[in-house]
Amino acid sequence: MTNLLRLDRKFLPLLMTIVLFILLYGYGVVQYRGFSNPQVFFNLFIDNAFLLITSIGMTFVILSGGIDLSVGAVIAFTTVLSAYMLESLGLSPALVIPAVLLVGVALGAVMGSIIHFFKVQPFIVTLAGMFFARGMCFVISTGAITISDPFYRAVGLFRIPLFGKTFISVNVAIFLVVLAVALYLAHFTRFGRTVYAIGGNEQSALLMGLPVARTRVLVYTLNGFCSALAGVVFSIYGLSGYGLYTVGLEMDAIASVVIGGTLLTGGVGYVAGTVVGVLIQGLIQTTIIFQGTLSSWWTKIAVGLLTLLFIMMQGAFASTRQRRLHLKATTGTKPASQEEGAVLATHYEL
Amino acid sequence: MSQTDSLWRRLSGYNLFWPIIALLLIMLFNLFFMPNFFKIEIKDGHLFGSLIDILNRGAPLMLLAIGMTMVIATAGVDLSVGAVIAISGAMAAVLINPALGKELITSDKLIENVTFTPLWLVIVLGLLVSILCGLWNGLLVSRANIQPMVATLVLMVAGRGVAQLITNAQIITIYYSPYFFIGNGYILGLPFTFYIVAAVFLLAWAITRKTALGLFVESVGINSRSSFLSGINEKNVKLMAYTFCGLCAGIAGLIISSNVKSADANNAGLWSELDAILAVVIGGTLMTGGRFSLAGSVLGALIIQSVTTTIYSFGVPPEVVLVVKAAVVLAVVLLYSEQVKGALNNLFERKGVQP
Repeated sequence: MTNLLRLDRKFLPLLMTIVLFILLYGYGVVQYRGFSNPQVFFNLFIDNAFLLITSIGMTFVILSGGIDLSVGAVIAFTTVLSAYMLESLGLSPALVIPAVLLVGVALGAVMGSIIHFFKVQPFIVTLAGMFFARGMCFVISTGAITISDPFYRAVGLFRIPLFGKTFISVNVAIFLVVLAVALYLAHFTRFGRTVYAIGGNEQSALLMGLPVARTRVLVYTLNGFCSALAGVVFSIYGLSGYGLYTVGLEMDAIASVVIGGTLLTGGVGYVAGTVVGVLIQGLIQTTIIFQGTLSSWWTKIAVGLLTLLFIMMQGAFASTRQRRLHLKATTGTKPASQEEGAVLATHYEL
Repeated sequence: MSQTDSLWRRLSGYNLFWPIIALLLIMLFNLFFMPNFFKIEIKDGHLFGSLIDILNRGAPLMLLAIGMTMVIATAGVDLSVGAVIAISGAMAAVLINPALGKELITSDKLIENVTFTPLWLVIVLGLLVSILCGLWNGLLVSRANIQPMVATLVLMVAGRGVAQLITNAQIITIYYSPYFFIGNGYILGLPFTFYIVAAVFLLAWAITRKTALGLFVESVGINSRSSFLSGINEKNVKLMAYTFCGLCAGIAGLIISSNVKSADANNAGLWSELDAILAVVIGGTLMTGGRFSLAGSVLGALIIQSVTTTIYSFGVPPEVVLVVKAAVVLAVVLLYSEQVKGALNNLFERKGVQP
């Protein structure tokens, strides 16, 4: 009985997110004709594949207690670099795609190393990374470059048929692979457990002998890879490269992670929640398009308010947990265990 | 040897040492490579030159840096200043010509040199809306106990939407010429924006250094809980900091919209929150809160603006500015990190017996 309850509490934020998604979807289906078409649902994935991929990378960073503001810029940089290498240099996609992925990995690894070894706040380092990537876009090309490479075009236009007349794009397939790998990494590997441990309490993780340095650098490297992959997906989706693409995307990614139930302080959250978080944002956008008279800026306001709602909810959860622990500790019915004491201490520190 | 050692120690311990060195280096660079950089001439009865240009263009950033310093000193951060700039600019533009977008009107009515709201009311309402934004941030941080980065992220995302709501998602051009004085006017040869910055700086300096408030801010930044236990109303100190930051962003928004004679909900103040944070960090205020330096932040803003102006006047494509900024951020944060500081101090302080 208590076991079941504890499970519920743990999954509650994720559950809320899923319920919200179902409610929103249900509202759309009841309200608008054609919303119930399964293709509308699949389009959520097709149009947001790049955001989904980069948000998964961001989830790992936030779980480890960090933040990465460079993802939007890295995506834009990847699109420009790919377009430049394909069109101006005439290189083959077989060379271009590994090259741009490697650039993303290198950027992430450098940022992660500076964050860890120089003890600089992730906020500042990734900010520098963002400036760098954005600037490099414009150093390569100030205008948009159209990609006419036959391979990119073929992949971009290819439809993977599902039941009925519905289909998904290759990008969605790439996302599904990323999701599967991410779920495995987060929940079934030593790396994933270390990420959660660092996010929960870095000091304890270090004292437990976990490889904090390696894991932290790896987390940012992984996120760099995800951003670059999202950039490849975006250049396939848009068939062009431009330095002004995905401005402010990092905030969308962070908002998705938060809406998905991950605590921004790190240590608590799920990759699956992030996916639902992105889908909710996509759904709001779709609803506004279906509605027809509302402008697109309502999306921004709605996403902002939704983020706020979820943060408030997280705050409420945290304070009830704190009160419960506090009660236990002060009434003296049972001496507070080491772990609870640590949790209490971190709360007061905050 | 020991004398240089102690001099080095004293100098490098002084909190404005690094910002001043950085600014001097940039100026030195310009002295050698840009012959006209220090030339100031009088045109149309006011001073004119690169240095004046830096003062004028850097004004919004200096204002943001002053506001951001207070917030960062309380161990917070305000990501929404860019959005607040857009909101206050949009508010002012709409108040001057509310007809835009609401109904179909002839173009000569749109470009009339008149205002539909008295100028003082435009300014007051523009600032009021930014104060409300700051208050909202402050309430979320101090009363709802949300992490500052996240709390202000909400307004950063939603604020641009609000600005577009105000302008009806259009770029509004302002044709009312008295309004332009805020961003383009000159008094006694110096740009009007310089006086605005000076006034805000003096105000901030007076309330933090001539009253106990500055001490309260630092104490809250170092340990909010123990400040509370020692009787400081830490919630209201935070609320004050965010509200002040909102006000500064609002003034910057008015200056920017007046300077470019339009209000653009999407691009006004884009990325300026990052510049503001950068200015504060360059100025020597730690992101972890506590001790802060208003003068340092203003210097930081001047450094950023000088770098930008230098690059522009060099004829380098403006796009490269971002890459240079990235290099500057990296250099600064590495310089401030304990590892590099320790290495530098070791370099100048020989330990042990000299042969």
